[in-house]
Amino acid sequence: MSYSASELMTITAARMLYDGCSVFAGVGLPLLAGILAKRLHAPGLQMIVEGGIVDPEVIPGWLPYSTNEMRLAPRATMLPGITDTFLLAQRGFLDFGFVSGAQIDAYGNLNSSVIGSYNKPKVRLPGSGGANDIASLCRDVIVVAAHEKRRLVPAVDFLTSPGARVRHIITNLAVLGFDAERRVRIDILQPGATLEQVLDETGFELLVPERVPTADPPAEAELTALRALDPDRVWL
Amino acid sequence: MKAGDFRDARRRIEAKRRPSGERLMSAAGAARLVKDGDQVIIGGCMFSRTPMAILHELLRHGRRDLVISRNLSWLEAELLMVAAATKHLVTSWQGLGVPWGLSRILREQVEGGHARFEEWSHFAMGLRFRAAAMGVPFLPALTMLGSDLMKVSQAKTVECPFTGETLAAIPALFADVAIIHVHRADRFGNCQIDGYSHMDEDICRAATTVIVSAEEILPEDEVRKHPDRTKIPSLVVDAVIEAPFGAYPGECYGLYETDFAHVDAYAQATRASGAQAVQEYLRRYVYGVSSHAEFMGLFQPDVLRDRQAAAKELTS
Repeated sequence: MSYSASELMTITAARMLYDGCSVFAGVGLPLLAGILAKRLHAPGLQMIVEGGIVDPEVIPGWLPYSTNEMRLAPRATMLPGITDTFLLAQRGFLDFGFVSGAQIDAYGNLNSSVIGSYNKPKVRLPGSGGANDIASLCRDVIVVAAHEKRRLVPAVDFLTSPGARVRHIITNLAVLGFDAERRVRIDILQPGATLEQVLDETGFELLVPERVPTADPPAEAELTALRALDPDRVWL
Repeated sequence: MKAGDFRDARRRIEAKRRPSGERLMSAAGAARLVKDGDQVIIGGCMFSRTPMAILHELLRHGRRDLVISRNLSWLEAELLMVAAATKHLVTSWQGLGVPWGLSRILREQVEGGHARFEEWSHFAMGLRFRAAAMGVPFLPALTMLGSDLMKVSQAKTVECPFTGETLAAIPALFADVAIIHVHRADRFGNCQIDGYSHMDEDICRAATTVIVSAEEILPEDEVRKHPDRTKIPSLVVDAVIEAPFGAYPGECYGLYETDFAHVDAYAQATRASGAQAVQEYLRRYVYGVSSHAEFMGLFQPDVLRDRQAAAKELTS
């Protein structure tokens, strides 16, 4: 079965989530990854969405456009206030948090604020939203982003979200990780991608271990379950 | 008001002459409580329970130089910026919604130097409102540390007196006015909210003056029969206006879903012609009508019924 880059990244993310874990998920691919994992292999996984939702189930075809709307309410177990969702993360209850950014550097630092200078930006991006908080407060942070040289940069123009807790960077070409000295390295190649391609599309230096395994391609069961969640292809 | 100035904020509350009983008034009356230059906190979150009825009324009154604070900002921020009601957003995010991409209006306003985007994290906005609601100058937190948000905001670091650790000190955001939309209120301002409370309970305690629009005005007995349902007490509320569909074209939990087709049309128009499209929108939907009821008359009844049915399906 062929698949899109978004499908590949979502399935890669879902595979990292284990039964019983807790996930701070934004809308789009992270939410899909959480729901997919829950349906496939992690029935006891619980998600928190920053708009104030605990353990949403979401109706296929009615995926939310924001983290704080009615589409996240069906069969949720609690609707706390927004500040209280972040307080759960600050207290240590959230195992995984997903973030992304327009720029990511070799330390996992992310920029979703401005391209150029803050006071006179070339591009004003939407802003942190909860990204800084998720990156600051969840135990393990997973970055999901398209693998592009202009995105994986030597230095971010603005450090919106700190990379200190980033454990994995999932892209359509690879999964990057960090060694004990927090140097970024390539851990896994995505199916079909080559090492040359990854190095070409990365704007910072990457450690390359002697052997880099290739991930299993998305299985039919994974793709079928994922596509059933987003039949209108809003996110995939 | 200076960030974290809790003594001054407290004095303002202490010096207030609260209305005796009745707080129900017209939208125009409520809009007159907001002065040019005021610090205003907007309730709800993005397109959920955005107090559109009162915000449109403020625009019709031509308010200027407001400092607008909101956790996540939506279409209302674009209307306020283009109408020159504000040149200063205090927020963590602005856009119409992730699928609509970057906002051309935000880009034009901030990149062109017409408006200032004072950026905080979402949680930090919540802590700013919470600290203000608690009447303290700041709250210690583990967020924003090590990021450039510390440099561009008024957040500082503080050494914990017990552990010696470095913490973020997130200053209280005390405001002149808070504006929220709720499901039900009585004429004294006791408010009930269904579903998401967002940050509204804190926001109402963070401001000196609180304006509430409600889908429905409840008899006092109904409130007294179910005091557990009251989320915001009359004590902190100054004005109540009755506004069915008061958050439209955004959503109100359980009552109507966002009019995504309307948002999509607005997004396409602004993507094509920028601020000019917002001006046209303002002429048609805000200045071209005299009330929120008249604004609602611009939408087809079957569209409204469909949005109500969607809300019902999602929350029952």
